[in-house]
Amino acid sequence: QGCPNQKLCASGATKAPDPAIAEIGAKLSTVKHKILVLSGKGGVGKSTFSAHLAHALASDSTKEVALLDVDICGPSIPRIMGLEGEQVHQSGSGWSPVYVDDNLAVMSIGFLLSSLDDAVIWRGPKKNGMIKQFLRDVDWGDLDYLIVDTPPGTSDEHLSIVQYLSSTHVDGAVIITTPQEVSLQDVRKEIRFCQKVKLPIIGVVENMSGFVCPNCKNTSQIFPPTSGGAEKMCADLNLPLLGKVPLDPRIAQSCDEGRSFLNVVPDSPAAKAYKSIVQSDNETSF
Amino acid sequence: TTLVPHDCPGTQSEQAGKSSSCQGCPNQKLCASGATKAPDPAIAEIGAKLSTVKHKILVLSGKGGVGKSTFSAHLAHALASDSTKEVALLDVDICGPSIPRIMGLEGEQVHQSGSGWSPVYVDDNLAVMSIGFLLSSLDDAVIWRGPKKNGMIKQFLRDVDWGDLDYLIVDTPPGTSDEHLSIVQYLSSTHVDGAVIITTPQEVSLQDVRKEIRFCQKVKLPIIGVVENMSGFVCPNCKNTSQIFPPTSGGAEKMCADLNLPLLGKVPLDPRIAQSCDEGRSFLNVVPDSPAAKAYKSIVQSEFLQPSTTHPHVPLPSCCTSVVILYNRITLSLQQLQRNLKVPSNLYIIHKTCHKYTNKTS
Repeated sequence: QGCPNQKLCASGATKAPDPAIAEIGAKLSTVKHKILVLSGKGGVGKSTFSAHLAHALASDSTKEVALLDVDICGPSIPRIMGLEGEQVHQSGSGWSPVYVDDNLAVMSIGFLLSSLDDAVIWRGPKKNGMIKQFLRDVDWGDLDYLIVDTPPGTSDEHLSIVQYLSSTHVDGAVIITTPQEVSLQDVRKEIRFCQKVKLPIIGVVENMSGFVCPNCKNTSQIFPPTSGGAEKMCADLNLPLLGKVPLDPRIAQSCDEGRSFLNVVPDSPAAKAYKSIVQSDNETSF
Repeated sequence: TTLVPHDCPGTQSEQAGKSSSCQGCPNQKLCASGATKAPDPAIAEIGAKLSTVKHKILVLSGKGGVGKSTFSAHLAHALASDSTKEVALLDVDICGPSIPRIMGLEGEQVHQSGSGWSPVYVDDNLAVMSIGFLLSSLDDAVIWRGPKKNGMIKQFLRDVDWGDLDYLIVDTPPGTSDEHLSIVQYLSSTHVDGAVIITTPQEVSLQDVRKEIRFCQKVKLPIIGVVENMSGFVCPNCKNTSQIFPPTSGGAEKMCADLNLPLLGKVPLDPRIAQSCDEGRSFLNVVPDSPAAKAYKSIVQSEFLQPSTTHPHVPLPSCCTSVVILYNRITLSLQQLQRNLKVPSNLYIIHKTCHKYTNKTS
């Protein structure tokens, strides 16, 4: 009431599509596969999974892979990929992403901060603008895979990434969870979100699925699946369970050190679980 | 082209009316004049409404999944175990509200009356409010952008009939965005005791937590202290301790030493914590003698969260003619110490572990 814009907004004129959507559609038309990594819950291993999915896909040197981090407040990808302190360069063709290997590129707001401890204290609209720039202004080149790591929730970042990619083909979302009901509760909301915005769900990954004591080999369920874990949720919702990854201190260690866990301890149960998930993800969606 | 820019910086932003995106917007002159930045009248209303709340504590973390809601819930339970205290727990995680489940209140509904919304009561002296209570189905997703979330938070603070509280604990989602700016903004005409920051030991967490600490400093929110969760796991079979989230960069201990913040305590991983949360029961009641429960209790009872009004008993070395305060393993800024203990300004502080003393008169 009283806003000079009122009549304009009520007429629907403000709801005309953002021209950037078509620009992004054109720019990303050469990207063969786009995968979003989502979870309603924080701290379940989205960034860990995104990073290792990227490493695994890029292990085929004939594939061009890119990892885009749209977690604006808590960008973990630079650390996990061993790229802390790297900077992004601008050229005539746009921003150049940071390369881990010849065929593995990464973009994150982490690369745009002057200090690693700088807080990005932005409200929704500014975050949306950044995500738009990441999609429209980064010179990705021709990609086989674009993986998008997201923050937890069903808010600005998630609506924006789906909206800005709406004139491209998105293969779908991989949903990450941990076994306990407090996580699954939030993850079911994320699944509802995907259904509402018509984003296909490639499948669900259950992280932190048990811990094998290195001393006595006894398995503990540190996050007990009191309501049946991801297995029951997937059965109830008719979704593929791509796999279950056990807790392994070497995962967190590798992430802190910026190394691929799949290379550091390739024969560990956790690494084997990851590889089998990545292969099944490949078969399911591609 | 549309007349309202897609990159509208927002009517409250510093760029309102001045950004290049504002060219051509019919609102431009209004925004540029500053009329849209007049303070929200709700802030004063909230200030009046919450003036009878003695203590307000925010539970924050830059990182998700570190145990904010778990800590908030158990802090509320612990404070409410004193039946003379009125305690309330407000959940401002709009997208992922875990508090109803953790407090065993799933499925409860909120009622409206003449005096506002009534919160849901766990016990006579423990009230809870969360968007979880407003959903028709527990699986309903709340897919809202920032402004709508901010509006909900405003309503929680202004329209809930909390009554006279001793403690209001606010559980937040991870990050440094709308919810965090809003809660600080809407509470800006009240006194907030400060924030408890939750982390886990690994650097990937600490990196985000340092950003949250920067946020607190920027908005001038005092930091009560830091809690490190998931700090080791003792195998129930062989009692061997594993660091599942290894403190590769020194964990919360080093971060607190670097940033001169109190480390309130470290809580080990215990499957019974997650189990209790799923079942909606207080872990402190279910397994009160477990190492994790003891760690929680010691944190909750610490001088920082429940400052006592009496001076602690300390031995006075004969060489020292002023009051000596002895604190284990913790360094504090002088102002915070004075505020908590109401001691005179000329005093000597001894850091026990290094046996040095420093004259820190202000």
